[in-house]
Amino acid sequence: MTEMTASAAPFRRPDLSEAHLRRRYSAERRFKAYGIFAIAAATAMLLVLLSSIVAKGYTAFSQTYIALDIALDADRIDPSGDQDPQVLRKVKYQPLAKAALRDRFPEVSGRRDKRALSKLISGSADVTLRKFVMANPDTIGTTQTIWVKASDEIDSLRKGHVDRGAQESDRLVSDQALEWFDHLETDGAVDLRFNTTFFTAGDSREPEQAGIWGATVGSFLMLIVTLALSFPVGVLSAVYLEEFAPKNRWTDFIEVNINNLAAVPSIVFGLLGLAVFLNFFGLPRSAPLAGGMVLALMTLPTIIIAARAALKAVPPSIREAALGVGASKLQTVTHHVLPLAMPGVLTGTILGSARALGETAPLLMIGMVAFIVDIPGGFTDPATALPVQIYLWADSPERAFVEKTSAAIIVLLGFLIMMNAIAVLLRKRFERRW
Amino acid sequence: MIKHSLVVAALAGLALSATAASARDQIRIVGSSTVFPFSTAVAEQFGKTSDFKTPVVESTGSGGGMKLFCSGIGVEHPDITNASRRIKASEFEKCGKAGITITEVKIGFDGIVLANSKANEQLSLTKQQIFKALAKKVPVDGKLVDNPYKMWSEIDPSLPSKKIEVLGPPPTSGTRDAFVELAMEGGAKTFESLADLRKSDKKAFKAVAHGIREDGAYVEAGENDNLIIQKLQANPNALGIFGFSFLDQNADKIQGSKVEGVEPTFENIADGQYGVSRSLYFYVKKEHVGVVPGIAEFVAEFTDEGTWSEDGYLVDKGLIPLPDADRKAMGASANGMAPLSM
Repeated sequence: MTEMTASAAPFRRPDLSEAHLRRRYSAERRFKAYGIFAIAAATAMLLVLLSSIVAKGYTAFSQTYIALDIALDADRIDPSGDQDPQVLRKVKYQPLAKAALRDRFPEVSGRRDKRALSKLISGSADVTLRKFVMANPDTIGTTQTIWVKASDEIDSLRKGHVDRGAQESDRLVSDQALEWFDHLETDGAVDLRFNTTFFTAGDSREPEQAGIWGATVGSFLMLIVTLALSFPVGVLSAVYLEEFAPKNRWTDFIEVNINNLAAVPSIVFGLLGLAVFLNFFGLPRSAPLAGGMVLALMTLPTIIIAARAALKAVPPSIREAALGVGASKLQTVTHHVLPLAMPGVLTGTILGSARALGETAPLLMIGMVAFIVDIPGGFTDPATALPVQIYLWADSPERAFVEKTSAAIIVLLGFLIMMNAIAVLLRKRFERRW
Repeated sequence: MIKHSLVVAALAGLALSATAASARDQIRIVGSSTVFPFSTAVAEQFGKTSDFKTPVVESTGSGGGMKLFCSGIGVEHPDITNASRRIKASEFEKCGKAGITITEVKIGFDGIVLANSKANEQLSLTKQQIFKALAKKVPVDGKLVDNPYKMWSEIDPSLPSKKIEVLGPPPTSGTRDAFVELAMEGGAKTFESLADLRKSDKKAFKAVAHGIREDGAYVEAGENDNLIIQKLQANPNALGIFGFSFLDQNADKIQGSKVEGVEPTFENIADGQYGVSRSLYFYVKKEHVGVVPGIAEFVAEFTDEGTWSEDGYLVDKGLIPLPDADRKAMGASANGMAPLSM
């Protein structure tokens, strides 16, 4: 053997000359520089993305309010005087707010101008007043100062999204409305407050009344279904394949298919969900149950692959020791291997469900990309999901939805970062290196 | 054990849902993305002011909505479908075969505008110029050739000497269908050779009139009209095609081009002067009225004067209402659930 190599290749001396060494060092420096450049480029892109979203979206967390002295006319609200909540609930309160606004600007006349004036406040003044009157029925007949929401245009104006210097035709807010707004502001009747509606309401066509709570609940219900299905099925299949299954052509075939399934575009799962869950099993459209089942199919391969990797990482000595002291195969797995692999399994599950949380394409086919105002109360109620809400708002003509879209993205990113942080934490705390 | 109970719970959930699917107390609406902003506004108002649940509105496109709508009677099928064009004969037949009686409600108009950034001058185009700029094949000296025009000024010296660059919706969009039918076909008809072709071979004419060039001058910008508006701002030389409501909401950034000398304004579209406008509809499944609660009341809300007239709230969303007389007649036939016949 030694003779052969010696004869085939003559002994080569390493070139230790100064010039060659320098070349090798500079090659290494260049390589490092490329790496740093790549990281810097990626970080810069991420920063641009995040800062543009935050810069556009942070204003959505506050909302402009206007104070109005509203005459709670007893004849109009409660003619019988018995403060019956059934009667109080049915009253139309919006005209009261409009009347208060007209009293504030008595010089405004003409139908067109009055209409323009009433557009300063949001259509949700109705709800605000109803709540106030029902909570304080004794105020009926008096005049109260009540803060109502400003309309989306006035809200944009207050937040500085409207260019005051522009021509009137180039501006969303007319000169007239600008003047009214300035009057209100100098009187201290305009205030920017925290936007609770954004976190408590469902979708709305009016930007100032729209919230993400409905979509968040929908996403949450869907994730419960997804996890309840994909976690047990995924872990059980991983345990069987890794610990019990014989290594033959069939298990190879299954393994290849699971890996393939992980790479299938998510819209395909949506089509499958439409054909099987909706059309064959007759599950309701737009329901988190169907959505969760589709997403469970999608996350299943991810969980199986991660769980198998985690099981594989448990050293054979553990199994052998357990078997050696007389544990059965099942006891070995449930008492030793699975608990040791759990941090890895959970990490995979969390990452899989984080992907499910950000998915819209499969939901399109099963009717979850829809305008839904009511907050879903159960697994079969119509619901949307957070990314769907972002998509719907991004497509709305009203300008004020731009900031809502970015704010919803911030919330969704917050959830994703939280889930990934939990995954990292689990790995850091519980994973054992052998 | 925990896993067992989870599986059992999931199965129980399945069983529960099967019973839940057999009853529905919420109106389901599908259909056109153009009608979506109006339909959702009415749905929200309806949910707020009535004792019924807020209807669920899905944006599936006119064609997709019709497919779902006509697939049958029963709570798993939608009650109402929106359309940015009239129901086709083939769709009507399909609905009829499924035993569905349809009530048609025309709700108003939507103008399709060609717009550019305010940073540039406003264009004034004729339908023929639009056809010349966007068609795949145009007649030059009586012969059909691949579109040779690269600059607007090559079409007509009065137009600016700028590259033809138009952002518009993809073929799946109802807006594109309407644009092609109204603007492109209207332009094609003005050529003598094509007008003759239309008389002799309708199919061949349509192929020419509806063919949009694919050499990069027309860019399919997706269904998202907000995206087109953003691109128009970034590129003042480009022209965009989208619905009037988006022009209305972005009047501070973009301007609509005149078509045949008429500016796309609310008034001009409403009285029919602006040539590129279409009617919007929704269709009600009569068999579901009384089965799914609230359908008749929803139609009443939609056809209320406070909703769809010039003083109604849909005008704020960009709808261009029907003329008074038409609206009255349409409201009466809608609330009477008059069956559609074709």
